[in-house]
Amino acid sequence: MLPILWFWIVAVMIAMYVVLDGFDLGAGIVHLAVAKTDEERRMVLRSIGPVWDGNEVWLLAGGGTLYFAFPPLYASSFSGFYLPLMMVLWLLILRGTSVEFRSHIRNAVWRPMWDVIFSLASTLLAVFFGAALGNVVRGVPLNKDGEFFLPLWTNFQPGADAGILDWYTILVGVFSLLTLTQHGALWVAHKTENAVQERSRRTARLAWYGVVLLTVVVTIASFSIQPKLAESFARWPAGYVFPALAVASLAGVFVFSRKGEDGKAFLASALYIVGMLTSVVFGVFPMVLPANSDPSLSLTIYNASAPEYGLRVGLGWYIPGALIAAGYFWFLYRRFAGKVRMEAEGY
Amino acid sequence: MDLALDLHRFHFAFTITFHYLFVQLTLGLALLIFLLKTLALKTGEEHYNEAARFWAKIFAVNFALGVVTGIPMEFQFGTNWSRFSKAAGGVIGHTLAMEGLYAFFLESSFLGLLLFGEKILGRTGHWLAAMAVWLGSWLSGYLIVATNAWMQRPTGYRLGANGEIQLESWWSLVFNEWAFWQYTHTITGGVITGAFVMSGVGALYLLLKKHEEFARTFLRLGVTVGIIASIVALFPTGDQQGMLVARHQPATLAAMEAHFTTGEAAPMFILGQPDVERKKIDNPFLVPGMLSFITSKRWDAEVKGLDAFPQDQWPTHIPLLYYSFHIMVGLGTIFIAVMALSFLQLRRGRLFETRPLLWALLLAAPLPYVANTAGWMTAELGRQPWLIHGLMRTAEGSSAHVSSGNAMFTLLGFMGMYTLLLMLGLFMIWREIEHGPGGHAARESSAAPAPAVGD
Repeated sequence: MLPILWFWIVAVMIAMYVVLDGFDLGAGIVHLAVAKTDEERRMVLRSIGPVWDGNEVWLLAGGGTLYFAFPPLYASSFSGFYLPLMMVLWLLILRGTSVEFRSHIRNAVWRPMWDVIFSLASTLLAVFFGAALGNVVRGVPLNKDGEFFLPLWTNFQPGADAGILDWYTILVGVFSLLTLTQHGALWVAHKTENAVQERSRRTARLAWYGVVLLTVVVTIASFSIQPKLAESFARWPAGYVFPALAVASLAGVFVFSRKGEDGKAFLASALYIVGMLTSVVFGVFPMVLPANSDPSLSLTIYNASAPEYGLRVGLGWYIPGALIAAGYFWFLYRRFAGKVRMEAEGY
Repeated sequence: MDLALDLHRFHFAFTITFHYLFVQLTLGLALLIFLLKTLALKTGEEHYNEAARFWAKIFAVNFALGVVTGIPMEFQFGTNWSRFSKAAGGVIGHTLAMEGLYAFFLESSFLGLLLFGEKILGRTGHWLAAMAVWLGSWLSGYLIVATNAWMQRPTGYRLGANGEIQLESWWSLVFNEWAFWQYTHTITGGVITGAFVMSGVGALYLLLKKHEEFARTFLRLGVTVGIIASIVALFPTGDQQGMLVARHQPATLAAMEAHFTTGEAAPMFILGQPDVERKKIDNPFLVPGMLSFITSKRWDAEVKGLDAFPQDQWPTHIPLLYYSFHIMVGLGTIFIAVMALSFLQLRRGRLFETRPLLWALLLAAPLPYVANTAGWMTAELGRQPWLIHGLMRTAEGSSAHVSSGNAMFTLLGFMGMYTLLLMLGLFMIWREIEHGPGGHAARESSAAPAPAVGD
């Protein structure tokens, strides 16, 4: 019971991370395309300014929770995905530095340099996170000790000796890039006015077609690569509620963005992301890291969870902590509601 | 295997040392900015708000670099130390996850309000934001030190059937006695860094004859906090920490002091080079009986030497451990001297005219960075050869599947990136110091004379 509860807590935290940091990554992806002048770029940065750091904390808090609730999973996946994780760290460092330091100096070399770094790092992060998700669906070559090590790529085939990047995981990476492009563009449209808003709306509309196409392609590819997905949905048909949520939300994005209701379209995009992530989680459950070498070596919530005492006592500090954190977010986002104002203090 | 292990160790040591350069100033400045905001609230003088704004800008640059270099630390437990994480994650994962949930959310939510929310929050609200950032960073520090303290002196655990380490008492993990003294000692070190940096900037301005009114405020606050922190670092926190090491890590204590042979009335070496091969100290300059006194408060007490322990339990880098400890203690003594003289002159109303002391404060400003680094090296080298003292050796904890080539690749990547970050950070902070406090009241408009954070 406790492992299942903690599994869902970690899943919700990761979904929170993808939805929240997803929109500021997305703002970074579209940064150069939707904002041309310095004033416009500051507007994009201000649309994520006070919250991006807090959004990123969900990655750390989620990682920490994974660490204490499922130590073998944390140990195995972090060391097995060694190289891509280190690259994610470098990209996070570059991205954080560029947001914080860009506007300190008014200079025709300084600011455009950080703009490019910010956008490039955000784009690569979206692809890397997607590829990571692809790896979890495809499975990794776990050995008897529950460990593995993957090179970045081998022959780009998702077979037994696949690398981190094969055609399938790259496909998921591109899918993630498009999804977050749409998500970020809708956020920027929601927070800004005039030219930036118009360009963001156009970007979001274009991205929507790509998202629809890749939703279909990636779903077909995933079902053929990971047989467990079809098994889960056949066994518990109630699970169709997750993909149904994703499909309905994707339709919602279309409807609301046509009407120019950017805020609602953004929320629909957030629900779409939640629907897709929960579909994956449900599909591989109770596995948390499937083995593509021998399915019986897969890490599951049962063989990868910490002993019961730790999980029980953890609830004692987790629940109040999560409530307090939710309070901060409510306060912060309420303070920050509405369109970005350029005359206020900020980036 | 050995090469990979050395690389994993250096990987962590390098990234944590670099990260801590920023953390220590964050810990100190968070308190000092809160004190400035408190003075502003109590006196109603805009001068203190202006001073707080200046330091908040330096704090922001420093904090950003602390955050981006801190994220890799949490990842590295898994990437480079997977066998350790698998065995101990169920225990130390608690304190690490609590840090994320309780401290990071607090800091990240309120830092933005501290930097950009002065107008919308009002006087009291802004003071509360400063307090939230201060408490958040100090809470963060506690949970990290509690994690390290458990590795120094594991408590509240039992061993499972397959040798895995299981949490048995959450209270003993979070309220470890070791954590209390290690934390107070560590925090005091951070406050010393903050106080010396603030005093150093004040001294610089007075010597340059600019921003003199602010300079006097910086010196008054920096020196007052500095003398308290410098003394507390020695007594009680340093003293108690030393007693804990003597009690729970006697081999470490012997190595820190290069005390090779068990004996009564053990001396303490002020200077001298340990010769581990011949088990003696070259060029000794010592205080007789001092080590006995420090460890048990009796001048003739027996102190166990390294000869009392099997060689496979000796720390692996004895000379470096010895020098780290002595550099920390030596610099700590210098801090007390400089701050005591400055405080005396401050009380007599003469500090601002005493140019030699202003020079001393300016030149001493970088030294707490050395002392804090040396202090952590003492703790970490002193724990060797153990990763978890008495439970798991360092050689048993690294990621077995990450090859030396991959570890070297990412180590070089971090070295390159951090070199750039260091240059960037020094450049940005120097710009703020060069520009100085004042002139930020109308920060929201682009009419400000020079670029500002809010620009």
